[in-house]
Amino acid sequence: MILFLSNLISGISLGSVYALIALGYTMVYGIAKMLNFAHGDVIMVGGYICFFATGQFGLPVPVGVLLSVIVCTVLGVVIEGLAYRPLRQAGSLAVLITAIGVSYFLQNAAQLLWTSNPKVFTSVVTLPSLSLFGLTISDETIVTILACIVIMIVLSLFISRTKLGKAMRACSEDRAAAQLMGINVNRTISLTFAIGSGLAAIAGVLLCSSYPTLMPTTGSMPGIKAFTAAVFGGIGSIPGAFLGGILLGIIESMAKAYISTNLANSIVFAVLIVVLLVKPSGLLGKYVPEKV
Amino acid sequence: MSMLKVEDLHVYYGSIHAIKGISFEVNEGEIVTLIGANGAGKSTTLNTVAGLLKPRTGSVEFEGKSLLGVPAHKIVSRGLALCPEGRRIFLQLTVQENLEMGAYTQTGGIAESLEKVYTHFPRLKERYRQVAGTLSGGEQQMLAMGRALMSKPKVMMLDEPSMGLAPLLVEQIFEIIRNLNRAGTTILLVEQNAQMALSIASRGYVLETGRIVTSASAQELLHDDAVRKAYLGG
Repeated sequence: MILFLSNLISGISLGSVYALIALGYTMVYGIAKMLNFAHGDVIMVGGYICFFATGQFGLPVPVGVLLSVIVCTVLGVVIEGLAYRPLRQAGSLAVLITAIGVSYFLQNAAQLLWTSNPKVFTSVVTLPSLSLFGLTISDETIVTILACIVIMIVLSLFISRTKLGKAMRACSEDRAAAQLMGINVNRTISLTFAIGSGLAAIAGVLLCSSYPTLMPTTGSMPGIKAFTAAVFGGIGSIPGAFLGGILLGIIESMAKAYISTNLANSIVFAVLIVVLLVKPSGLLGKYVPEKV
Repeated sequence: MSMLKVEDLHVYYGSIHAIKGISFEVNEGEIVTLIGANGAGKSTTLNTVAGLLKPRTGSVEFEGKSLLGVPAHKIVSRGLALCPEGRRIFLQLTVQENLEMGAYTQTGGIAESLEKVYTHFPRLKERYRQVAGTLSGGEQQMLAMGRALMSKPKVMMLDEPSMGLAPLLVEQIFEIIRNLNRAGTTILLVEQNAQMALSIASRGYVLETGRIVTSASAQELLHDDAVRKAYLGG
């Protein structure tokens, strides 16, 4: 029982990181109608920035995290402006290939700047771990889950209550109609990339705190898993990204514990395939009632 | 006074020459209608004026200032709103949120505009918390018009407001258009239902395959033999 709970909690924690990354995928997909495959590599950049800020330059942890968020936010906006915006009228394949190109560019730039030798990331969380009924929960796990919950609540309120959030939903539904309302679509897409990349930075820092090996390719596997989580939950849906991420984390953690560490990834993707066969739009994929 | 003036406008979709040099103007306080068959270029014209499409050549002036090169999202705040074909309301947003989006460019409070829209369309007030996708076709059309009104337009362009609506609802929608006009909004109306459009308009232009073939007062067009044959069922 203790073991099961411990696996469950570490699954939720891993899933929280996936959820944070999946939010970036799903929001960008919802509004820009594109899959930003470079999103995973922004996580890696976030990890490196925090590593250098806190580890090398000895800055306090909050400053390091903040710096990492700022750099990734700017990076996200720059990538969108330079690589994707010129392709706004182009076909979706052109944008997809560009995104893969940006992903390789980021990985190689990181290799050039910081070499491919793994760096040992020092956890940003330095609290005592929690012991409950013989169950030990690490401080990283607690902080990761709490951070994810807080971010989820703030983001949901932003999207549902604020004028900008409503404008984002309007853009995601009908870009031309949004323009007719006076909404600057390009700026809204930039904002989406900014939010997604900022969240990726936080995900990167949390991920590296739990799994402290940092390499230029660190972001790619979590990136793909988070993309899977977004599709699993229903791409374009924010609660879907959250649910998909958490479930994926739990499935992965349980598969590792009870079936096989080597097969864990295969099991994760097998579950995805089954879900998509039964419900092609994902768990919370949008069904839009429409009367004509 | 001329509010909107379009001169020698040419619009292409790729290599297809959709609008072949049309000119028209809308004066303050008027209801002007563009009528014509499917594919004549009515919607293309409105979309170009609203900035969604870029013309190859020609000029579009609103209150004496050129609109060429002005992005669509900046045209609304000048006082020119388009209520697009097929309504294009945000189906997943609530009625009230749709109206709020209509007032996106408004800096002050929107309570007054909301009240005004709800007076014109009491149905929307009853359903303000409902998701727009659950409204009936007529209600969606009202929402689309209400949303365009929220930007306090001086000129409102309406693209096929009668599309897909039952005759009784069409009467109602046109009555509202007339009321909006009486309340001071200049109207540019695009319609396939030429009879209805001409019955409330002061002037009309007839479009055929990208060209204006006739322009006259609405009364004259209603009694013009060629127009009657082509658009009014003899």
